[in-house]
Amino acid sequence: MELNQLTIHELQEKIKNGQTSATQVIESVFNRIDVVEERVHSYIRLMKDEALAAAKKADEDIKKGDIKPLTGIPVALKDIVCTKSITTTCGSHILHNFVPPYDATVVEKLRDAGAVFVGKANMDEFAMGSSTETSCFGVTRNPWDLTRIPGGSSGGSATAVAADECIASIGSDTGGSIRQPAALCGVVGLKPTYGRVSRFGLIAFASSLDQIGPFTKDVEDCAIMMNVLAGYDPRESTSVQTEVPDYRQFVGKGIAGWKIGIPKEYFIEGIDPEVAAAIKKAIAVIEKCGGQCVDISLPHTEYCLAVYYIIAPAEASSNLARYDGVKYGYRTSEARDLLDMYKKTRTQGFGTEVKRRIMIGTYALSSGYYDAYYKKASQVRALIKHDFAEALKKCDVILTPTTPTPAFKIGEKTDNPLQMYLSDLFTISSNLAGIPGISVPCGFTAAGLPVGMQFLAGHFEEGKLIQIASAYEKNANIEKRRPQL
Amino acid sequence: MISKQEVEYVAHLARLEIDDAQKDKFTSQLNDILLYIDKLNELDTTGVEPMSHAIAVTNAFREDRIVDSLGTEKSLANAPDGRGEFFRVPKVIE
Amino acid sequence: MEFETVIGLEVHAQLLTNTKIFCNCSTKFGGAPNSHACPVCLGMPGVLPVLNKKVVEFAMKMSLATNCIINKSCSFARKNYFYPDLPKGYQISQYAYPLSEHGYVFLEVDGAQKKIGITRIHMEEDAGKLMHDEHNPVSYVDLNRAGVPLIEIVSEPDMRSPEEAADYLKRLHEILVYLEICDGNMEEGSFRCDANVSIRPVGQKEFGTRSELKNMNSFRNVQRALEYEVKRQQYIVENGGNIVQETRLWDDAQGVTNSMRSKEEAHDYRYFPDPDLVPIIVDDAWIEAIRKELPELPLAKRERFVKDYQIPAYDAGVLTADKALSNYYEEVVRLCRSPKAASNWVMGDVLRFLNEEKRDIRNCPITAASLAEMISLIEDGTISGKMAKDIVEKMYKTGSAPKAIIAEKGMVQITDEGELLKTISAIMAANPNQLGDYRGGKDKLFGFFVGQVMKATQGKANPQIVNELLKKMLAG
Repeated sequence: MELNQLTIHELQEKIKNGQTSATQVIESVFNRIDVVEERVHSYIRLMKDEALAAAKKADEDIKKGDIKPLTGIPVALKDIVCTKSITTTCGSHILHNFVPPYDATVVEKLRDAGAVFVGKANMDEFAMGSSTETSCFGVTRNPWDLTRIPGGSSGGSATAVAADECIASIGSDTGGSIRQPAALCGVVGLKPTYGRVSRFGLIAFASSLDQIGPFTKDVEDCAIMMNVLAGYDPRESTSVQTEVPDYRQFVGKGIAGWKIGIPKEYFIEGIDPEVAAAIKKAIAVIEKCGGQCVDISLPHTEYCLAVYYIIAPAEASSNLARYDGVKYGYRTSEARDLLDMYKKTRTQGFGTEVKRRIMIGTYALSSGYYDAYYKKASQVRALIKHDFAEALKKCDVILTPTTPTPAFKIGEKTDNPLQMYLSDLFTISSNLAGIPGISVPCGFTAAGLPVGMQFLAGHFEEGKLIQIASAYEKNANIEKRRPQL
Repeated sequence: MISKQEVEYVAHLARLEIDDAQKDKFTSQLNDILLYIDKLNELDTTGVEPMSHAIAVTNAFREDRIVDSLGTEKSLANAPDGRGEFFRVPKVIE
Repeated sequence: MEFETVIGLEVHAQLLTNTKIFCNCSTKFGGAPNSHACPVCLGMPGVLPVLNKKVVEFAMKMSLATNCIINKSCSFARKNYFYPDLPKGYQISQYAYPLSEHGYVFLEVDGAQKKIGITRIHMEEDAGKLMHDEHNPVSYVDLNRAGVPLIEIVSEPDMRSPEEAADYLKRLHEILVYLEICDGNMEEGSFRCDANVSIRPVGQKEFGTRSELKNMNSFRNVQRALEYEVKRQQYIVENGGNIVQETRLWDDAQGVTNSMRSKEEAHDYRYFPDPDLVPIIVDDAWIEAIRKELPELPLAKRERFVKDYQIPAYDAGVLTADKALSNYYEEVVRLCRSPKAASNWVMGDVLRFLNEEKRDIRNCPITAASLAEMISLIEDGTISGKMAKDIVEKMYKTGSAPKAIIAEKGMVQITDEGELLKTISAIMAANPNQLGDYRGGKDKLFGFFVGQVMKATQGKANPQIVNELLKKMLAG
């Protein structure tokens, strides 16, 4: 095994024992990038010089015995989290030259924990997409089949982990943007409870739904990352002041006696048969672990997508108003007057999908339509949250497929936005309710595409997700495969 | 149904330009999405309190203490048209 | 036809916090352009607002001082529009759920108390400043002011004349300044007012179509703009025209209001709850704690002055219109114990000197202690009222204490009867004709002799003693 293929906990062991150094680890990551990046395109920007310097510093710390939770671990950052003095684009031309004078809180936390940043990962423009095809820096390809999409919007973060171009990565999830690409790329992805991980420095898509989370190679690494990421941040008003447990304690614990909710609304026709079969097998593993499946209902499930496609674009239309060519980023060179400058800057600076969502959102908030759209959606959102509260009285966690289908072909859905939106069918509800969700790999299709299974739990119950995902991972005996690149 | 005129109005509100070629396609795509969204009208939500936050946090405050600002130079560092100590923009047409 | 004027005011007051409403930048006026700015108030991507608690407390003070009911829960919304002075493309304000509602203040109208309703008070952020180039088609943006906390105080359409409106505005102004939550500076824009004005035939219940007036940066201009606008509307209606609902700008130089045509494009602000900010819950304990911090307000102080100092309501009004002035007055009274004399001197000479130089009482060269000392010197007969007039002017010019001036100029009053008798005798001797006439019944000549004595003593003679002695001596 190459160093870049190892997990955080495996590398930590080697680093502690002096079997390897942070410099060797980062070199192995960049060697891999040299070989595969051209085909996968996980990154918008590599930070090789900074990474080598950080690794050198990590090695000095290690020599002094100062080993922190992520010392020397190469981590990729979705280009939606701001990095001080490092261009941060959000996959958009309108921010192609934006250099933040600040770090996102998660970036500070990761750096303080010793992480070595590999680069800024590709993503759908402003995280609006499910395929990483809308980035103005080109598409990212699924390492398991380069003709297919990796999922999105955090596609680059998922492929960087799946293709061993880093050890772990950071993504953001507004409607499934961590879990869906994690499922399609065969890695672990967790969306924490809203308010658990600071959003400060996360470029906003839909503020009431956005949440940062990790991509990792296994569940234990997910726990290690969460130990670093989680916690109250006074710079965010919606950050929650509750105790953060040591998530690692949940790894390897059994789930005997747990009740596993199976929501009938998530096992519908239209799910790819191979996905359905993989989930069925996974359920059997869960039962073997001592989990007891119970039927539950989330009656408003069929409305989730509609609610999401009002609330997210409405918030986005407002969040993206700041990109006006005045203070930073792109400005058109051909403006007649101020109005013309605004319109040309935004029209030239944003891609089609972003403009489409700004239009939907602006329309939904505009005079005469607010009650019919935004207010209505906010009310149904309350019903959806209530559904989960009721369902979670009957079970410890909820189990669903992460996505209805495995990775689709590049270009297959770009002209049909509604079809594209449907790939987030199973992940959106937890963003609306604010609850945490995790996607764990649960096998492959005959064509060799990964399938993911999702667990959902109550607010701040990430520990439960880690516990069941770890129990499943340990007992599933999924064939260890790596993408052939 | 959203009309082409409404698409134009909304585009103006959002400070976007949509050329004629795109307008039809955009209008029909938006209509598909809005038609799908209309699903919500099946539900009676009378008396349901709208939810604007996922988690019930209240009274998140900051103390009234000055922290160093960025300063003029850093504030303007990313400006497409920073002039002297100002951001410059085309004149507002009144 | 007789018309009735209907006016409602929207007042924006900048709060005197150290930092902006949602970030830690200083609110200080007059820094280098774009120097009091940070990622939050520059609207940079990914950064988040956190509410300054002081802003809520200041807004609560104003709410309590104007008898508003503070809502148990309130929240912020986004008002979306594009403008270069608005860095985020939206203003964070309060919309559906303001901090407080249903308040009122009293005005004195035709000798009676009139209640002016306050619809609501809410918190919001100020925008930046835009400067237009006079020669080129460009504008310059300074974002120092962006994010400075404001409260907006919206009145009911309860005012019936421009004068009432100006009066109401003064009431709000003095309350804000008394509370020490706003410096009240209209020129620098820390106290701003927009007015909604309409007219209707007397007796009609429905409101007429209103126009919204902006750009009035003094009390006087508010009144002038409203007076102009009322006349303009009457002229239109009387000539069979219709009032158009619009925003009009006051042109101070021309003394007219002009339509802001370009802004008439329908406003569609797309308000929605700001997902980055959380509801503010105000419990009774918090309200009571704030109430305890409230200082004595102008109205209460006015009543106390009338009652305790036995001065006319008018005087009390003048003395309490400015908190610093009222403090000055009270200090003078405390030291000299003559409220009426203190009131006369403060309202008369002191305010006249200050007004002539447009000076603030805080920078008055005559300290309260000096003025009190001077009043005491009058009362104990050391100086005459007439001498005091000269002394107080010298006090103002030099900042010296009255005793110092008196000593320097030898201005002590002559009360020594022997000395005065000598003077009177000399004057009688020098004016035999007048003396004869007086004794012959021309009583009016008494004044002549007083004048002569004062002239001879350079005004230092104690007038009462002079009167007594003259009466005796002239009688022969």
